[in-house]
Amino acid sequence: MSTGFRGYLRRGFDRLERAGDVVFGPDANPLAQLGALGWFLFWIVAATGIYLFIFFDTGVVNAYASVEWLSDAHWFHAGVARSLHRYASDLMVAVMLIHLVREFCLDRYRGVRWFSWLTGVPLIWFVYISGITGYWLVWDMLAQYVAVTSTELLDWLPIFGEPIARNFLSPEALSGRFFTLMVFLHIAIPLILLLAMWIHIQRVSRARVNPARPLAAMVLGSLILVAFVLPAQSQGPADLAREPTELGIDWFLLPLYPLINILPPGVIWGGAAIFTVGFAALPWLPAQRANRAAEVFLDHCNGCARCVEDCPYAAVELVPRTDGAPFPHQVAVNAGRCVACGICMGSCPSSSPFRRVGDLLTGIDLPDYPLKELRERVISGALRLEGSIRILTLACEHGAARPGLGTVFLPCVAMAPPSLIDFILSRGHADGVCVAGCAEERCQNRLGIEWTEARFARTRDPYLRRRVPRERLVTVWAGPTETARLERERVAFADRLAALPTEAPRVVRQSDPERVLDEAAM
Amino acid sequence: MTGIAQRITAALGTLAIVAGVAVLSASPSVRALPEGMAVVKLSFSHGGPRNCRELSAEELSDLPANMRRKEVCDRARAPIYLELDLNGTTMLAEELPPSGIADDGPSRIYRRFMVSAGTHQVAIRLRERAAGSGFDFVAERQITLTEAQSLAIDFRPETGGFIFN
Repeated sequence: MSTGFRGYLRRGFDRLERAGDVVFGPDANPLAQLGALGWFLFWIVAATGIYLFIFFDTGVVNAYASVEWLSDAHWFHAGVARSLHRYASDLMVAVMLIHLVREFCLDRYRGVRWFSWLTGVPLIWFVYISGITGYWLVWDMLAQYVAVTSTELLDWLPIFGEPIARNFLSPEALSGRFFTLMVFLHIAIPLILLLAMWIHIQRVSRARVNPARPLAAMVLGSLILVAFVLPAQSQGPADLAREPTELGIDWFLLPLYPLINILPPGVIWGGAAIFTVGFAALPWLPAQRANRAAEVFLDHCNGCARCVEDCPYAAVELVPRTDGAPFPHQVAVNAGRCVACGICMGSCPSSSPFRRVGDLLTGIDLPDYPLKELRERVISGALRLEGSIRILTLACEHGAARPGLGTVFLPCVAMAPPSLIDFILSRGHADGVCVAGCAEERCQNRLGIEWTEARFARTRDPYLRRRVPRERLVTVWAGPTETARLERERVAFADRLAALPTEAPRVVRQSDPERVLDEAAM
Repeated sequence: MTGIAQRITAALGTLAIVAGVAVLSASPSVRALPEGMAVVKLSFSHGGPRNCRELSAEELSDLPANMRRKEVCDRARAPIYLELDLNGTTMLAEELPPSGIADDGPSRIYRRFMVSAGTHQVAIRLRERAAGSGFDFVAERQITLTEAQSLAIDFRPETGGFIFN
């Protein structure tokens, strides 16, 4: 649970996302899949760009005429492609910036997640430079304004011999070769952008690069519809003998240009440098106080690789066996990638709270919140439950639950192995279990909700045992601003439990603290 | 909300967002140049002279036969000096240093002056050696600019000096 400024930010974003759930539905909520949407928009921009290149004349003399020709004479395909190219680029900028703010608000940029944040910073510049060079190619009055303003700004840097802006001094000075260079840059920089996007997701396991199909269809359909109704238009041919006066500005890709005209170049470059360095350094300002990485106990690990499959951060790897045990592999944790979410612990078949022999250890455990401690917290939490219907809540610390009786917090609900639910119900620690995770499609640890649902549905290892009465288990996916909804769901669950014809199968009904502590010590 | 109603709401929401993006991609407009104004751009690239001297007969005899040039020059160029007056007001009076790490490149300038549309008296003077006196190139011209017109002043000594485009 976040408090302070970040808590406000997080709750603010959560309210927005929940509103998005109402409008779009959780599966198509664009706020929950901004990264994937960014990839989708990139492919639209790339595909339409390749198509436009067929019709575009790359020479400075005919560039404007070719763009006008494709927009007017061939408006129904090339013109639409042009509008799609522009609007998808703009939408990509918006998606990228909201993605950035969201990850900041959710505190998903520090600690081991520094890599994705740091590699995301250059993406911002690549996207902007791609867009700026694209506007240049139309060679209308806006392109002239962008070209002259950009080159005048660049000339302030003491790295160019001849002032680049001299290329735009007069119509006679304009070099076709320089214009061709811009065409080359508009192809090369998006390719670099693609490479940088690929690097950006390298430390994310099962990175989502495709949005949900309904969302993708709606975005593409809307882009096409808008391309027909509001086609992108040029703003008159460039004329270096005249200055652009009134210009329609693209407020997504060119928002700084009016400022560049007003402020000295040093201020613009200084601001850009401070922004870049400041953003790049954010993961360490201050650094996250992270829990210790998961630890492997080879005596309980047979190298089944379930934790490797389930880790959202590719922090667990399968490596050759080192202890002579008769298994080909064991797992190893890359501490530099582990966020200590505990999902690996929840996936380990050895994570059985029923274990009675020796100390309660599992194949992969969290040093700061081991399975043994989880079992103790569950038992002591169950002890405090009152009333005829006792519901124990296993709550994600990033979700809607607040501290209260019978609530056990976890870094992620997928940290709880399905056998823990069996343990709670079959041992009579509670009449029902409420698993309260993050809001749907917004799991703090990306895959926690998906894995939990699949395990409970008995479609993903480790399965929830058949003997566990499913009606005594409820999952509630709610964001930090949905505490009231969680409470309502718990009350409704209690009502359903009360209406059940028979009691939960209880092996032991705990009411004696000593017995409970005995069990915890087992 | 039912499934179909949800999808319709979602589609309308997406359409509204995309339409908003399309509108913001070309509006609101900004005024890049204030009304009634024009622009004078002064830009050129010109190398100042180098300091040269003739070698003495003794120095020449010390050199291999194929390297006996009578005159040797410093690598560095001299800075040039430039003045621009507009309607009698000095808008620019500046020494332009040579470019390059070894000061061996040409002096360069790119300046942009916003002026009101109408008739103006322009005087521009250039001295090849900033440390000297007088001017090597001088041009005076009365120019008439319409609103948003862009006048470029270039410099090409081989064609007589300043060029007004």
